[in-house]
Amino acid sequence: MISVIMIVVLGVIMIVAGIIALHLKNLLAAIITAGTISLLASVIYLILGSPDVAMTEASIGSGLTTIIFLYALNKVQKEDKND
Amino acid sequence: MELTGAIITLIGSLFLFLGALGIFRMPDVYNRMQAGTKATTLGTILFLFGISIGHLECGCFGKISILILFVIFTNPVSSNALARASHYVGIKLTDKTVKDDLKKDNIENKGEKI
Amino acid sequence: MANIIYNIAGMISLVAIVLTFIRMILGPTVADRAVALDGMTIIAISLIVFIAYSFNRIIYLDVAIVYALISFVGIVAIARYLERGI
Repeated sequence: MISVIMIVVLGVIMIVAGIIALHLKNLLAAIITAGTISLLASVIYLILGSPDVAMTEASIGSGLTTIIFLYALNKVQKEDKND
Repeated sequence: MELTGAIITLIGSLFLFLGALGIFRMPDVYNRMQAGTKATTLGTILFLFGISIGHLECGCFGKISILILFVIFTNPVSSNALARASHYVGIKLTDKTVKDDLKKDNIENKGEKI
Repeated sequence: MANIIYNIAGMISLVAIVLTFIRMILGPTVADRAVALDGMTIIAISLIVFIAYSFNRIIYLDVAIVYALISFVGIVAIARYLERGI
């Protein structure tokens, strides 16, 4: 029963975070909001009973993707400044 | 023993709730950061300690101790880095602030970035 | 008796995640959202340990350790990007 409540609440938060990340104008804020989705997705994978997938999701989806996005954003802004 | 662990866990979850309420209601970035770091660090320590005390037979005391040590070491460091970065970017403090020492330091040794 | 109190504690921390997420929606600046992300990960670690208690499987604690490590790296990367670029 308690796991069903957790899955519903975390799923609703994930959907709202996706909608917010689409509508934000600031790109850095959109990256942070998109990182929330994978953080909560790993908790949902853990409730559903697969710790290996949860570990992979937490490390790749939240860590690596956020850092690569930040790196790309930094590159793009630097080239805009040079032009 | 299990009831003691349960009560400690409940106190820890109340601290987590108060930290989240501070993040929600405080007027400023720095106030939010202060509430969200101190209260949630203490709340996490109490929560994990309560669960590990309530289940001594499962043998998970070592892993939870490592996790508690990790939270104690890393959470203030990340919050400090975030606070310095947001002061560097120039986010305004709230109107009720009476003292800002970091700004004075930045003006005094101008030229060399702290 | 103890089981009910553990479940109440888990529900309270779930409410705390919702409150933190409301700040992430409202937050006027980027630093507000980063603070909200920091608080949300530190509450989610507690939630993972609660799930490990609730399902009675000790292997789930490894996920919590990885989660704490990765969230620390992410927050420090965001702070460094705010300061002078990565």
